[in-house]
Amino acid sequence: MRGATHARWAALAAAAALTATACGGGGSDSGSSDGGAVLSSSWGDPQNPLEPANTNEVQGGKVLDMIFRSLKRYNPETGAAEDMLAQKIDTTDSQNFTVTVKDGWTFSNGEKVTAKSFVDAWNYGASLKNNQKNAYFFQYIDGYDQVHPESGKQSADTLSGLKVVNDKTFTVKLSQKFSTFPDTLGYPAYAPLPQAFFSDHAGWLKKPVGNGPYTIESYTKGSQMVLKKWDGYPGDDKAQNGGVTLKVYTDNNTAYTDLLAGNLDLVDDVPAAQLKNVKADLGGRYLNTPAGIIQTLAFPFYDPKWNTAGSAKVRTGLSRAIDRKQITETIFQKTRTPATDWTSPVLGKEGGFQDGLCGDACDYDPAEAKKLIKEGGGLPGGQVKITYNADTGSHKQWVDAVCNSINNALDNDKACVGNPVGTFADFRTQIGQRKMSGPFRAGWQMDYPLIQNFLQPLYYTNASSNDGKWSNKQFDSLVNQANAETDTAKAVETFQKAEEVVRDNMAAIPLWYQNGSAGYSERLSNVKLNPFSVPVYNEIKVG
Amino acid sequence: MGRYVIRRLLQMIPVFIGATLLIFLMVNVMGDPIAGLCGDRQCDPATAAQLEKEFGLDKPVWQQYLTYMGNVFTGDFGTAFNGQPVTELMASAFPVTIRLTIVAILFEIVVGIVLGVVTGLRRGRPVDTGVLLLTLVVISVPTFVTGLLLQLLLGVEWGWIKPSVSTEATFGELIVPGLVLASVSLAYVTRLTRTSIAENKRSDYVRTAVAKGLPRRRVVTRHLLRNSLIPVVTFIGTDIGALMGGAIVTERIFNIHGVGFQLYQGILRQNTQTVVGFVTVLVLVFLVANLLVDLLYAVLDPRIRYA
Repeated sequence: MRGATHARWAALAAAAALTATACGGGGSDSGSSDGGAVLSSSWGDPQNPLEPANTNEVQGGKVLDMIFRSLKRYNPETGAAEDMLAQKIDTTDSQNFTVTVKDGWTFSNGEKVTAKSFVDAWNYGASLKNNQKNAYFFQYIDGYDQVHPESGKQSADTLSGLKVVNDKTFTVKLSQKFSTFPDTLGYPAYAPLPQAFFSDHAGWLKKPVGNGPYTIESYTKGSQMVLKKWDGYPGDDKAQNGGVTLKVYTDNNTAYTDLLAGNLDLVDDVPAAQLKNVKADLGGRYLNTPAGIIQTLAFPFYDPKWNTAGSAKVRTGLSRAIDRKQITETIFQKTRTPATDWTSPVLGKEGGFQDGLCGDACDYDPAEAKKLIKEGGGLPGGQVKITYNADTGSHKQWVDAVCNSINNALDNDKACVGNPVGTFADFRTQIGQRKMSGPFRAGWQMDYPLIQNFLQPLYYTNASSNDGKWSNKQFDSLVNQANAETDTAKAVETFQKAEEVVRDNMAAIPLWYQNGSAGYSERLSNVKLNPFSVPVYNEIKVG
Repeated sequence: MGRYVIRRLLQMIPVFIGATLLIFLMVNVMGDPIAGLCGDRQCDPATAAQLEKEFGLDKPVWQQYLTYMGNVFTGDFGTAFNGQPVTELMASAFPVTIRLTIVAILFEIVVGIVLGVVTGLRRGRPVDTGVLLLTLVVISVPTFVTGLLLQLLLGVEWGWIKPSVSTEATFGELIVPGLVLASVSLAYVTRLTRTSIAENKRSDYVRTAVAKGLPRRRVVTRHLLRNSLIPVVTFIGTDIGALMGGAIVTERIFNIHGVGFQLYQGILRQNTQTVVGFVTVLVLVFLVANLLVDLLYAVLDPRIRYA
């Protein structure tokens, strides 16, 4: 009798599940490779409201990249900043720019994209009262300190450095020379906004309207977003598929399982646990390409123990005690590449990436490591604690591996220990309160593919992401010099000189460059990841 | 009876306040939530200050708690960091989890009690031993193992179900996740029912009923089962709350966007408003479920009466 009950239940469950599957699966098999077919892709719930100047993580950025086009766009393959809506951006002094917007562009609601669309959007993004988390992107524009003072009330609502000349032209005045400024304009924070954004803000947030190759058909917060190809899109990078359905996954393992079961077309984050099987599971349908992300160990320079005369030697010694090659191969299954400078290979040689700039200092050499640390006065307090947040990623594994490598090199099993912090928020709080007592995890994902973005925000005195509070006059002056340079090649060269200062002081230990990984179903072709490790959705072909 | 209910309802107030205060304090000691909002970089101080003001984080904790509770009584549970009102999150999450819980409870009641009665009546027979062994296995294997295994077998290998549940989360899709969620409790229900039935089988009133010549079916359902169900009802009642709050593992495996998912995200992002809001509702569910259990006693056994 028990057997019978069981079998009946199993049969019932199976039958119900089968009907459910049959009902749900009907929509996607409409066309072959006619460009009308829709693909599904994994997604994470965006942390902040979806506004261009308020989105600072990959998941929200993914959507902005699909529904917005800005003055510039980063080439999905080379990362080079290319004109998109910009007809031209003129300057004679690297400080005053005249921007001409191309004709014939509209938002998907029919509104024209004009110079005003940009100026209004930038003013909105910079204004303190709008709480935009990316407001600092506008900090180089004249009048930023009135619109967004460090404390107190703002004394102006609009940036004095922005002026609309006519429908197609506006001027930008910066507060300092910044030669690569035009190349930063591909970042989503600089996207134009339609009037609808300002007149019905709540409505816009429910269903954002942009000017990119896709339009949002429906958005169920926390669950899924259905994007359709916009047929009226005027650009030449039209969508090659009918649309994309982004599905929120609570766990990337489930997304991967769904991909294997044929229930999902694209996973842009292969879980670490599956990296071993991914080749066998997917064959050639697995991507593992460099992205503009570098992992480093930063140091608390506000702590006098890390700011002594010899501590640069100690830091270099620690760097030499880390066997990067072994860690990237065993723990990360080659989805990381040992770092040899402080930027990223996606910049290319011309963009400022220099293979091997770190030199000996990044080579594994236990004997030399021991010697350097001894010369530098030994480890402060006899032990280093590497602080990291244990809630996401596989930080625990690699921190333990790094410590293991250091301990082996120094023949001291107490030389290095990991110091986990429960949540990312708490980790950031402790960094903000300058509570770090030793090296801590520091990851940097580039905002735009420029060497400037890998150096200035991280190492310039009091810069926004200079969490270790490193300060060096020579570095600062070289960065200023590079920013004032009108010739790009020379600017890059000067930035590299500044990077050498970072190296000589070992301001942070570079660990490895991170790759983007993705897997996709047999229905898809022409799948690529851009230098930001986001799939180039508009080029994907279905069928 | 009426006075008893009122007394119980009044007792809920201190429990409710204590529980929410505890959660509020616990979430608050985890650090500054704004610090985690700007990604791997520091929020610029002006924006951070502005955001703190908006979420009321610039005030002392006791004041935050009072304001929060004041708002809760007017139905305002605050705003999550992504700009969505928490009530909206609840409206999307609770129906899904309630459906999942209903499926799980149905499994517990139907399968659990039936198996319990069958084994209880046939104590010591092969059927009994078999089910006992089976429940032992189910209890000892963690939920995530059962879940992942079923997902892999039914979803990927055999293709009977979709490995993940869609946004709609219909009852049909929730059968397998519901079974996984129910599995451990189901085993307990079986064992509880079995023991209870076996014990009461020898009691006087059952012997009397049999001696009266009542049909076997009537003896079992009316006399034996009714009395044996008291411990089982207690267990299932408290399990309702446990299932709703403890579905995190199951919800993660099957990608169900329910209460567990929202709580998990709320804790990761340190969103006090989300976490406290959801826990508040869960506390209420617990309290109400317990009250219902106590009231059910009187129905099941007329000897238990409340003045």
